Amino acid sequence: MSILGNKVHRIEDPRLLTTGGTYIADLQLDNALVMHFVCSDIAHARIKHVDVTAATKVPGIVGAFTANDIRLPPMVPTLPLINKDMKRPHLAHEVVRFVGEPVVCIVGESPETCEDASELVAIDYDPLPVLVDPEQALSSNTVIHEVAGTNLVLEIGAHPDPSFFDGCEVVVKQRMLNQRLAPCPLETRGAAAYREGGRLIFHVSTQAPHAVKEILKGMLGLPDDQVRVIASDVGGGFGSKATVYPEELLVAWMAIHFDRPVRWVESRSESMVGLGHGRGQIQQVSIGGNKDGKIIAYALEIVQDAGAYPAIGSFLPQLTHMMAPGTYAIERTAFWAASVTTNTVPVVAYRGAGRPEAAAAIERAVDMFAHEIGMDPAEVRRRNFIDPSSFPYTSSVGTTYDSGNYEEALDKVLEIGGYRALREEQARRRVRSSRLQLGIGLSTYVEITNGLPSSEFGAVEVLPDGSVLVRAGTSPHGQGHHTAFAMIASEVLGVPLDSIKVITGDTDIVPRGVGTFGSRSLQTGGVAVEMASVKVVEQAKELAANLLEADPADVLLGRGGFHVAGAPAVKFSLKEIASLQAQRGERLLAEVDFRPDGPTFPFGAHLAVVEVDVETGKVVLKAFFAVDDAGRILNPLLAEGQVHGGIAQGVAQALFEEMVYDESGNPLTSTLAEYPFPSAVELPSFVLAETETPSPVNPLGVKGIGESGTIGSTPAVQNAVVDALAHLGVRHLDMPMTPERLWSVLRYS
Amino acid sequence: MIPAAFEYKRAGSVDEALSLLREYGDDAKVLAGGHSLLPLMKLRLATPSVLVDVGRIGELSYISLDGNEVAIGALSRHRDLQTSELLISRVPILAHVAGLIGDPQVRHRGTIGGSLSHGDPASDLPAVILALGGTLVVRSAARGERRIEAGNFWRGFLETALEPDELLCEIRVPIPEGAFSYQKFNRRAQDWAIVGVAAQANHSVAVSLVNMAATPVRARAVEEALSQGASPADAASLAAVDLDPPSDINGSSEYRRHLATVLVRRSLEEILGG
Repeated sequence: MSILGNKVHRIEDPRLLTTGGTYIADLQLDNALVMHFVCSDIAHARIKHVDVTAATKVPGIVGAFTANDIRLPPMVPTLPLINKDMKRPHLAHEVVRFVGEPVVCIVGESPETCEDASELVAIDYDPLPVLVDPEQALSSNTVIHEVAGTNLVLEIGAHPDPSFFDGCEVVVKQRMLNQRLAPCPLETRGAAAYREGGRLIFHVSTQAPHAVKEILKGMLGLPDDQVRVIASDVGGGFGSKATVYPEELLVAWMAIHFDRPVRWVESRSESMVGLGHGRGQIQQVSIGGNKDGKIIAYALEIVQDAGAYPAIGSFLPQLTHMMAPGTYAIERTAFWAASVTTNTVPVVAYRGAGRPEAAAAIERAVDMFAHEIGMDPAEVRRRNFIDPSSFPYTSSVGTTYDSGNYEEALDKVLEIGGYRALREEQARRRVRSSRLQLGIGLSTYVEITNGLPSSEFGAVEVLPDGSVLVRAGTSPHGQGHHTAFAMIASEVLGVPLDSIKVITGDTDIVPRGVGTFGSRSLQTGGVAVEMASVKVVEQAKELAANLLEADPADVLLGRGGFHVAGAPAVKFSLKEIASLQAQRGERLLAEVDFRPDGPTFPFGAHLAVVEVDVETGKVVLKAFFAVDDAGRILNPLLAEGQVHGGIAQGVAQALFEEMVYDESGNPLTSTLAEYPFPSAVELPSFVLAETETPSPVNPLGVKGIGESGTIGSTPAVQNAVVDALAHLGVRHLDMPMTPERLWSVLRYS
Repeated sequence: MIPAAFEYKRAGSVDEALSLLREYGDDAKVLAGGHSLLPLMKLRLATPSVLVDVGRIGELSYISLDGNEVAIGALSRHRDLQTSELLISRVPILAHVAGLIGDPQVRHRGTIGGSLSHGDPASDLPAVILALGGTLVVRSAARGERRIEAGNFWRGFLETALEPDELLCEIRVPIPEGAFSYQKFNRRAQDWAIVGVAAQANHSVAVSLVNMAATPVRARAVEEALSQGASPADAASLAAVDLDPPSDINGSSEYRRHLATVLVRRSLEEILGG
């Protein structure tokens, strides 16, 4: 019986739940210094003068550094298309560009001392005009990066021409906000560094340790063998820790400068305005079609808020573009996007990263179109889905989807949600003018995982004691990679899980790796582990054939070992073969770099049921049904965990969360008292189901599941709230759909 | 997120606490559950040079019947109030509302005395004590005991009638005879109320409001209209008369005024019948 497809408990959990993990704050470091940043409390200003004299005199302080003391060239954006003149200094140099930007780095013997000293730093600012709104920044005479001479980071695509909607009986247009969010991982950013035998050892809370190593080598001019990066346990990231931050890199610089261990762990208050934010798009959405429900043309124009220093967030409209038409066979799609700097925290990847924005736009658009022509939104979707027989399917923006069956997912969610009965209940409440109106919202999403296809490393070795060592290039931050990869090795090698050890996140042990983001790990790293396992079996089979004096083609791996077909009595186990190899000074080992043929396209259908109190505007999510298809499911327990968390985060965007700045660039939601991510109390139990449409682009047939929940749930909830109030004349509501936002619309309807 | 340096004094008894407060006066802050004070200190918005920790004074943790009143020791935790059989049977509004504060961790640490002394107009308990017509018993080493009517206790935003050398020791509430309603409007269960309404029927109906002013306030216009026979809806329409509630990230002043009328109406309908 196969272990794959079973709800195998996470092998990570016993340790995490008993002795606990090892996060940056937990590392045992002797004689370590502590780093603390004095950050800008003004959004845009010229730095006239910085005085750290008093701070350096505090007992226990060993140094206070400004940009002039750190002789490091600024960080240049590495992603394609991004304006390379928008460089980020490690500490603010001459100009501060957002509240939270580090200006002075204080190093001392304890965190208390550093905080006391930071109060004594005097910074004299000359305020500059502040840009918070990216649309305003696009046309403003104020320029955030003087050298660049513009606030435009990049521009892609073109606006639709005037004839774009010709031939459409109905055209609906709507401006939509996909608001800025704070990722809020449980573990904030942190790093620790020290020298060991002349080498630099660097611990960091990251999603991509190998990328960190490359940047460190370049920054410090160190050869490859002189740097070791370790990401042991990482307490969440949601994409925000796929970016490498200047604060982290300075930890390494300080460790070398002082030749002592140095640690930096930010507080939650610092993290809210230091760790990158997500989303931040202003969308102009236009959809045209005929009254029979056929959608013909769709245009999406985006202004993407990049924040003060362009990071991956400014690049994400590319992914929004790739997924713009969603699950629909739309004849023509127009797309334009501009990313623009503002005096806010840099925008990075956040769970879904460009695809939730695409799904929100098209799914709202389809609902608005359905409302306009008076057709049930489920029916409009059904009439426009890409036909299941046409995969691989190239969409109107040129993206080739691997596999899909959207109508099946829709049918299933309508069935488990009891769609017809919900509509009847909704009608009853409307007739009665009930105080609690019912809203029903659908989304039928498709997204792209491993969107910028890259290879991944996987190695499998049978040790002489018969145990198995798996080394994987994708380093997890909570997903359960060790369980997934151990299951794959177990399946191929026939070795029990408790004899398999998985190592990730240490660049000395794992020679190469790309990282964990974009729901790529199983379809790249997982497949690499599978292929390496198969190679090990092949190698062992050759060796066993030799020992059995048989043709390898006649040798089988059965229970307990390799034997000649039809003669199971004489056999050699993997352990015996590995130990014979060891005696010869050889290893039973295979290393694989797997690069899939293309990305994969998970999809699904979500159904949200909300109650809206029409007197107060308060929304309560009453029920949530999700059908997700991520191809073949390796471990339903891990998949469900991803879907649950994803839905919660998607609902949070629809109803609760927004990172808000005032006109002067002051963040108004910089603690968890003001930034309201929901708890379990605010959410119903989700009802999950799945369909299984394998991917043809990798041998496991798997697709990524890490972001589906987030991508599908947000528009489902948003559509549900608008639907609840549709009979009162409400056509659209921006997110988050707070009570006051609803009330301000309801009071006039 | 680390407080500035301070001196820490743990009081083992009320008398010891009072003598510490006499000694340090304005420089000292009283620490009970710490749920309001410590976050302010971590952000260095509060930098007291001395903390007088009263958290372990056992003699101030009690809930008992005293004639027609219930006497509550100031160090009773929200969880104690929530689960007190005496309160559940005789002053149910207090047990009910204590159970709506924050989350379980907060309710196990926070104290009624700390909540009332901090005087946050967004907190639940001050408005409830106000609606109940409670009395606050405070003591000082210099002047002994004095009793302050709840209506005279809250003077301004985070400002109370307590002198720097005084400690709130006991809260006394008359046992009400009628039904109650507490309407707490927030976005997440653990949040402070955007607006809250405490309504308690006794011989007449007392209504007080959370987060509608710099202090908890009685909705006098509503109460008077009711006493003159107004319907719940008509009385409720007066809920925000003369009030200028704050505007913040959770709600504008205008929205709060609207919520007050809706929530007061609902509370009155609940206790008087719609």
